[in-house]
Amino acid sequence: MIHGILAEFRNPLDLMHAAEKVRDAGYNKFDCHSPFPVHGMDQAMGLKRSKLGFVIAFFAILGGLIGFALQSWTHSIAYPLTISGKPLFAWQAYIIIIFALFVLFGAISAVLGMLHFNRLPRFHHPVFYSENFKKATDDGFFISIESEDSKFSDTETKSFLESIGGDNVELLEGDDE
Amino acid sequence: MSEALHPQQFDPEKAPLITGGQTFGSITEKISSIVEKRAPKEWWLLFAMALSGLFLLLGTLGWLIWEGTGIWGLNNPVGWGWAIVNFVFWVGIGHAGTLISAVLFLFRQKWRTSINRFAEAMTIFAVICALLFPGIHVGRIWLLYYFFPVPNQMGMWPNFRSPLLWDFFAVGTYFTVSLLFWYTGLIPDLATLRDRAKKRIRKMTFGVLSLGWRGGNRQWQHYELAYLVLAGLSTPLVLSVHSVVSTDFATSLVPGWHTTIFPPYFVAGAVFSGFGMVMTLVIIARKFYGLHHIITAQHLDKMAKIMLVTSSMVGYAYSMEFFIAWYSGNVYEQFAFINRGFGNYAWAYWIMISCNVILPQFFWFKKIRYNTKLLFIASILVNVGMWFERFVITVSSLSRDFLPSSWAYYSPTIFDILTFVGSFGLFFTFFLLFLRFLPMVSMTEVKGILPEANQHHETH
Repeated sequence: MIHGILAEFRNPLDLMHAAEKVRDAGYNKFDCHSPFPVHGMDQAMGLKRSKLGFVIAFFAILGGLIGFALQSWTHSIAYPLTISGKPLFAWQAYIIIIFALFVLFGAISAVLGMLHFNRLPRFHHPVFYSENFKKATDDGFFISIESEDSKFSDTETKSFLESIGGDNVELLEGDDE
Repeated sequence: MSEALHPQQFDPEKAPLITGGQTFGSITEKISSIVEKRAPKEWWLLFAMALSGLFLLLGTLGWLIWEGTGIWGLNNPVGWGWAIVNFVFWVGIGHAGTLISAVLFLFRQKWRTSINRFAEAMTIFAVICALLFPGIHVGRIWLLYYFFPVPNQMGMWPNFRSPLLWDFFAVGTYFTVSLLFWYTGLIPDLATLRDRAKKRIRKMTFGVLSLGWRGGNRQWQHYELAYLVLAGLSTPLVLSVHSVVSTDFATSLVPGWHTTIFPPYFVAGAVFSGFGMVMTLVIIARKFYGLHHIITAQHLDKMAKIMLVTSSMVGYAYSMEFFIAWYSGNVYEQFAFINRGFGNYAWAYWIMISCNVILPQFFWFKKIRYNTKLLFIASILVNVGMWFERFVITVSSLSRDFLPSSWAYYSPTIFDILTFVGSFGLFFTFFLLFLRFLPMVSMTEVKGILPEANQHHETH
């Protein structure tokens, strides 16, 4: 079973040019793999802005509200106790823990949200069928096009990738699924 | 120094951050091979020392829990001794890690990439050491859950209006966020180690730890945003943590503690001491592992400059405290500060001034900033000085409080000293294991600042 096609490019600049051509050719289920984030690649691939920021903002504000609720409920309702003459509802004193929980919830949601949007952890993926792909975390630059893409064809996509400068173009074949 | 760039020819705008003609592949090889090869002999030697320190710590902790805090030198009125001093000391050290990884990231300081992993690891281990001390100083450690806002059979709740509880939340959040930040930064590098692994068990371990990272731009897109947000959240957090620690002191009425300068003064001191620790660790590691091309003399120079800036801030705070004591017209405050400089703990005060204010002034000279040996010695003395700062603040104020009849001199017992020495064992055990098993420099980020990563993309 064919899962996709993988092509290698020489450097980040070639990868970016190739990404533009793949985008312009009408593919949308493809990805550009590089050992570090390449600037301008989002535009070259035609990706929309990540929505992660909204998720983080939601959880960070939720964290702050929980902090406020926890403290005011504790001191005003659950256990009202006057200590060194401070008022029971001393909102000024609550700011620090509100801030701490704002940051805590924001940070946890940033990491979990990133993993969610990236569909990670995922230990198995067609690109790992390629021995050559091991270079993607070292000094290799790759484009992979998935067979699920509506424009995908074993032969045409392969020759297309070769025509835009791809080396070591290979079919990603695996026998599972 | 043979490795130093010649100061006269040096132009910070043009000099490359990474020297020796590195390529993407050579960076991977250099950093990954450290954790793939056998550990050098020096590593084993240091690890044996660190491990003995850790056992020492476990021994003293066991005795502490068995016998109680009476084994320490605490007395009345000095109820806060080395436990608090050590706590503030270790939390402070952590701050440089977050400053390097988050604040310098937001300011787009590319030189941070060579040292950020290192410094973040230092933060995490330093905060672990810090959290140990409030944990053990409570005496009855099995009642530690009193700290947590959980319903219990006594109907007892923590007091959220108390700075000690703010501290618990601030430091706990700081630890969690630092750990997340560090791990997020590690994911792509763990994938590199996974792809280089030859043995099955290594493949499995790094495969699981790297979560199946593929380095696709669809992943980098979310990854980079998450990293940016983590940096954005860590920046106010790191400024708040030591500010909150300082409120433990500043909200009390003890002369010498009750001042509004404490939060910024503590933060500056924390960054100062943290950079001292990063400097110590970096100089050792780059020597043992031959990382002179990645952590260059230029990096050390920049760290020395930050130490100079923060040292000057701390020096300003020291003199401002004296000025305000005089200007306030409060006799107790005036006595507290004259007592600091010339009283029973004057020796500690002058150690602090020499190490924190006078010594770093030598960093004005380029020759000294490019002399690795002098930097190494200075970086250790900076941390000696910063430990004494916390000692002076905590002990000198308490030992001379409002009521002369209760005055007393505090000295540590052997168990105070051994616990502190042991905490270094804990720190270095973690740190050496980190050097052995995880990439100590962020390969991903260093590759990203190489010239070949940023070829100009002609407009289309």
